[in-house]
Amino acid sequence: MGARVITVTSGKGGVGKTTTTANLGVALAANEQRVACIDADIGLRNLDVVMGLENRIVYDIVDVVEGRARLRQALIRDKRLPELCLLPAAQTRDKSAISPSEMVQLVNDMRNDFDFILIDSPAGIEQGFKNAVAPADEVIIVTTPEVSAVRDADRIIGLVEAEEKGPARLIINRLRPAMVQRGDMLSREDVLDILAIDLIGIVPDDEAIIVSTNRGTPAAMHNHSPAGTAYRQIARRILGEDVPLLTPEPQTGLMARFSRWLRGE
Amino acid sequence: MSVAIKGTTEGLVVTLGEGEWDDVIATLTERLAASAGFFAGAEATLRVDGRTLDAAQLAYIRDLFSTHGGSLRSVVADDSATRAAARALGVSASASRLRFARPTTRPETDTTSGLVIRRTLRSGQSVRHGGHVVVIGDVNPGAEIVAGGDVVVWGRLRGLVHAGASGDTGAWVCALQLAPTQLRIADLFTRPPDAPSRGQTRVVPEVARIQDEMIVVEAWEPA
Repeated sequence: MGARVITVTSGKGGVGKTTTTANLGVALAANEQRVACIDADIGLRNLDVVMGLENRIVYDIVDVVEGRARLRQALIRDKRLPELCLLPAAQTRDKSAISPSEMVQLVNDMRNDFDFILIDSPAGIEQGFKNAVAPADEVIIVTTPEVSAVRDADRIIGLVEAEEKGPARLIINRLRPAMVQRGDMLSREDVLDILAIDLIGIVPDDEAIIVSTNRGTPAAMHNHSPAGTAYRQIARRILGEDVPLLTPEPQTGLMARFSRWLRGE
Repeated sequence: MSVAIKGTTEGLVVTLGEGEWDDVIATLTERLAASAGFFAGAEATLRVDGRTLDAAQLAYIRDLFSTHGGSLRSVVADDSATRAAARALGVSASASRLRFARPTTRPETDTTSGLVIRRTLRSGQSVRHGGHVVVIGDVNPGAEIVAGGDVVVWGRLRGLVHAGASGDTGAWVCALQLAPTQLRIADLFTRPPDAPSRGQTRVVPEVARIQDEMIVVEAWEPA
């Protein structure tokens, strides 16, 4: 027993797996959960940068698996949220440095010390993905409202089902309500029509994410940004709270109305 | 060829193909005798795939391997009783890695049989069957069905489908919503118009079949 192990994956790259992992980690830790984030993207590590912990890495996941460091030495505790830890990936190795069974063993060693273990999967369906999914109790699939991302998510869901990891849940990331309204972007319904799995959150496209990612302060730490709010709501749903899942509406502020008026709508 | 012996990166793989047990064993004995030096010291994997073997048969093959200086390390079998028998002999056993066979040729047509699939086929998943295929669920974009006979989808068909894949021009495809990325019947193929109309009208079940050497799609009408 112990921690719930949740793997965040997508198939396609660049849809927001790492951002999602970091923000859910922050939001869960802010709810007084003991959270460990594991970066399984060995060779292309990013999660440390997004979480702003890059300059504190001494040992990494491969050091732990190969016995050069103890788990405690490699785990980096977040300075802002003491309940939040990161186990960084190695940057100088590749996916073959760890096997799925080693990953399961590593995660089992951590289960008693945490409430949640979030695993940031690399893109693709090869070894790195298999490593990331092997220890999972639950899987969260991230997609963007684009045909190619949805296609890859569908492939991943098929693979996760074959692994018998239980029903995967979906986050639709970077939705642009105004584009959906104009019929220029897949809507929530269009995505669910294909993927047909439980939706656990919709994250609107938000410039604050780019800023916060570059600064290493996940958006869920602040109260203002729409994306940060969406991630905090997803965390509450993961904790079992019944938080209504609204489809984001186009902005109706003065500027939005003004620009619509300029376009003659 | 009923027996194949191959060197792979994972060691020697001995595959037992189709045929009567006695014939297969005779061929295997002959092949092993012919390649005696090749087999010495080898740890071999035995692939029986769809075939069912009992403990005595497995033990026979194990002994045959050891008389040629090799050993039986593992067994790959689809049948769980065969795998259990192998484990009872102290040999590791696993199921075929591929859930669906990946034939290099078209499936043999066998219109007396049918395959029912009660789930949604997702992108990357593929079904190949010599007979008719019935899917209760959707066929998503990126999934494919290749059938010797007809294909019936009780759901939305949005992937690639090939009915009558061995050349049966009488085969047809029907679905509650027929919107495939590509539709093939026998040697003909078609695809939907490039710009699907937005705000589609009511979705009706449709049937695709060959008429006058063209694939024709018609709404299903109760007779």
